[in-house]
Amino acid sequence: MSQTQQYVIFKLEGESYGIPIEYVKTIEKMTEMTRVPNAPDYLEGVINLRGEVVPIINMRKRFDLSELDEAEDTRTIILELEEISVGMIVDSSSEVLSINNSAIDQTISLDAAVQDEHIRGIGKIDERMIILLNLYKVLQIQDSETLS
Amino acid sequence: MDMNQYLDIFIEETKEHLQSMNEILLKLESFTYDKDLLNEMFRIAHTIKGMSGTMGYQNIAGLTHEMENVLDLIRNDELKTTEEIVDILFECFDQLEGYINNIEQEGREGENRSEDLIRSLENIKLGKTAEKTPPAAPGSKQEPDSSSPDPLGNIALPEHVAQAAEKSRKEGLSSYFIKTTLDEKCMLKSARAYIFINRLERVGEIVYSNPSIEDIEDENFDLSFEVLLISKEEQDFLEKEVDDISEIKSIDFTELRGQKGGVDAEEKPETEGEDLPVASPKTPENPAVEKTPASKEKQENGNKGKTGKTVRVDIDRLDNLMNLVSELIIIKTRLEDADGKQDAAKVNETTEYLERITTSLHDAVMKVRMVPIERVFNRFPRMVRDLSKDLSKDIQLDMAGKETEVDRTVIDEIGDPLIHLIRNSIDHGIEGPEVRRESGKEAKGTVRLEAYPDGNTVVIEVEDDGKGIDVEKVKEKAFNKGLITTQQKEQMEDSDAVDLLFTPGFSTADQVSDLSGRGVGLDVVKTKIESLGGDIEVTSKPGIGSKSVIRLPLTLAIIQALLVKVEAEKYAIPLNTIKEITTIHKDKIRDIQGNKVALYRDATLPILKLAELLRVPPVEKEFEDPEHTVVIIRKGDKTAGIIVDDLIGQQEIVIKSLGKFLNNIEGIAGATILGNGTVALIVDTNSFFRKEGK
Repeated sequence: MSQTQQYVIFKLEGESYGIPIEYVKTIEKMTEMTRVPNAPDYLEGVINLRGEVVPIINMRKRFDLSELDEAEDTRTIILELEEISVGMIVDSSSEVLSINNSAIDQTISLDAAVQDEHIRGIGKIDERMIILLNLYKVLQIQDSETLS
Repeated sequence: MDMNQYLDIFIEETKEHLQSMNEILLKLESFTYDKDLLNEMFRIAHTIKGMSGTMGYQNIAGLTHEMENVLDLIRNDELKTTEEIVDILFECFDQLEGYINNIEQEGREGENRSEDLIRSLENIKLGKTAEKTPPAAPGSKQEPDSSSPDPLGNIALPEHVAQAAEKSRKEGLSSYFIKTTLDEKCMLKSARAYIFINRLERVGEIVYSNPSIEDIEDENFDLSFEVLLISKEEQDFLEKEVDDISEIKSIDFTELRGQKGGVDAEEKPETEGEDLPVASPKTPENPAVEKTPASKEKQENGNKGKTGKTVRVDIDRLDNLMNLVSELIIIKTRLEDADGKQDAAKVNETTEYLERITTSLHDAVMKVRMVPIERVFNRFPRMVRDLSKDLSKDIQLDMAGKETEVDRTVIDEIGDPLIHLIRNSIDHGIEGPEVRRESGKEAKGTVRLEAYPDGNTVVIEVEDDGKGIDVEKVKEKAFNKGLITTQQKEQMEDSDAVDLLFTPGFSTADQVSDLSGRGVGLDVVKTKIESLGGDIEVTSKPGIGSKSVIRLPLTLAIIQALLVKVEAEKYAIPLNTIKEITTIHKDKIRDIQGNKVALYRDATLPILKLAELLRVPPVEKEFEDPEHTVVIIRKGDKTAGIIVDDLIGQQEIVIKSLGKFLNNIEGIAGATILGNGTVALIVDTNSFFRKEGK
């Protein structure tokens, strides 16, 4: 039985990435950020999201990509999983796609920027390749680093 | 039926009852035989039995039932309270507490049926009055039924439904009672149920459902629901009709035949062999009691330990809150009416009034969160009793200030640290009776626990009249463990040596006892208290006793803070940690062995730079003022100066957590949102002292 799942698609350095839609709380434009001392460098800072203080990760720094100035399309995707709210800055995000589970390839990525364990699979849809992130890995690693 | 909504209330109430039970037991122990006490205790056991029966917690109900029997005999003077009985009742109490904790954490009472305890209780009962029938049994057995908010299955068909079924039966139609259980993994319960009901409605008429159709649509049900269907079709046909709906675990069909008038579906057709969920209220062993835990278990596994925290609030306080909110609305209207240009004075006046209201509102909300510390203190008499029994020491616990109110969050967190301190006092502090007599003290040791409000803080003191802390031993131990050097050992002052107790991995007990001295003691206490925004100080006089003073902020949510500027960001420093603010000229700061120190008010003051402490990435500056702005912070009697770039001012700030993702950032206690909507971080000044001390 094949099932489809919806993914919020965002772009980073021309590559498309997908996050399961149930983890996405909102997508925001960039707002004023407060830097946090003693934090990992990819932690851009914290923002005030309607009364809640939310830490924001710069995905470019997270994946060791070259930094890019804030542009019109820059978005912050606010995620919520395991009662943790966290935002990630991405180049742009404007679509939601349904990807059939059977169209997800488990083969390892060749993209050197993103470590393999951060990837859950590659979703294929109409000739497009969507890198599906393993959010737990992407975030947990930060967790342990923050603690150490 | 979803019992979840009652779960919180059940836990809360049962805890309260257990608390009173504890108090009574302690009184009973000193053999103050008092009929009122026994009656009260009996009533409590009875209430808990009723409530737990309703909730489907059979083990609790079973145990309390036996307790009730014994208590009844005692209050009817057929049994005497002996130490043995009180001990067993204490054990029962512990067991009940265990059950409640289990329910709170996992959502079920656990497998332990406490057979041993029940047997002991029965022995007490039988030993004295063999021929007596348990007097409490018949009256209370029905308790779960009468007060029950109808747990699963305990439902008689309403009369009109039964009549309709009967009528249709006469017309040659069949009525089926259908109990459907959905698969645990079913995501859209109401949708499944809807499909199911829809299919049935194609072939017949649903005249009754439990829960109601609305509730099913709103997903207000566990995994199973029941409907009564009237149809001309055969059972086989109906079964086929609904057979292919996925995610349904089981469907039980029961055909109802030969019903008499308005009587509920009491006759269980033998054909199905299945236990018809329509239970007769007369059956004493109510299937409801058995079924609820099963379905509950499944449901609870999903949201383990998520019982919300509740506060019981005096209605006066809520009224006050309500009043203030209506005032706010009035002010809003007033502001709307006021024309900014013409009524400048009026606007000003209104703003002032608004300020007063928000202050009162803050106060009122704070009060709502406040709970008397009694809730924590109440468990200590029992603990002290048990410990002194175990250690064969004679110890008296004096408590004062039980009515002191603290924030609800504090209540939950402060219990463990206090237990630790009291245990320490009893285990390490207070000597055995002989030793005490030899040193000219009373044989009975005293532990004093006192709480009192002090300005914006609450102080809790734990004091004992034991032998005090052996400073030399502490130093020796710290030295052996490599925590201090020989030089430090010789030069260390006594008060600093006491602080060593708070170092992780330190324990002074010669022997590791069961009670304390596992080496994970006081540092955990300290961490906990600091996480609550408080601090702890220990003082000790050899031979006279030791005293721990815990100081906690009255409320955790809103504090007064000083806003300062460091590089590009604003930071908030809690006002209660600030001693004073001054300026110190650059040249006056000396560098002594890598530490910056200034002479201030005839004392040396360590100087730290906030930007460096926090490792704030510096922003380019054109000009540096030789006069540094220094905020002098304190912790206990230690002080330190912190250089900041600029002062902004004092402000009331609302503390917000940084969230789980960033919960351990060094030097940062939290965040707050400023008037302009940006986030400012709250500096954790205590952490600087820790670093500086090393």
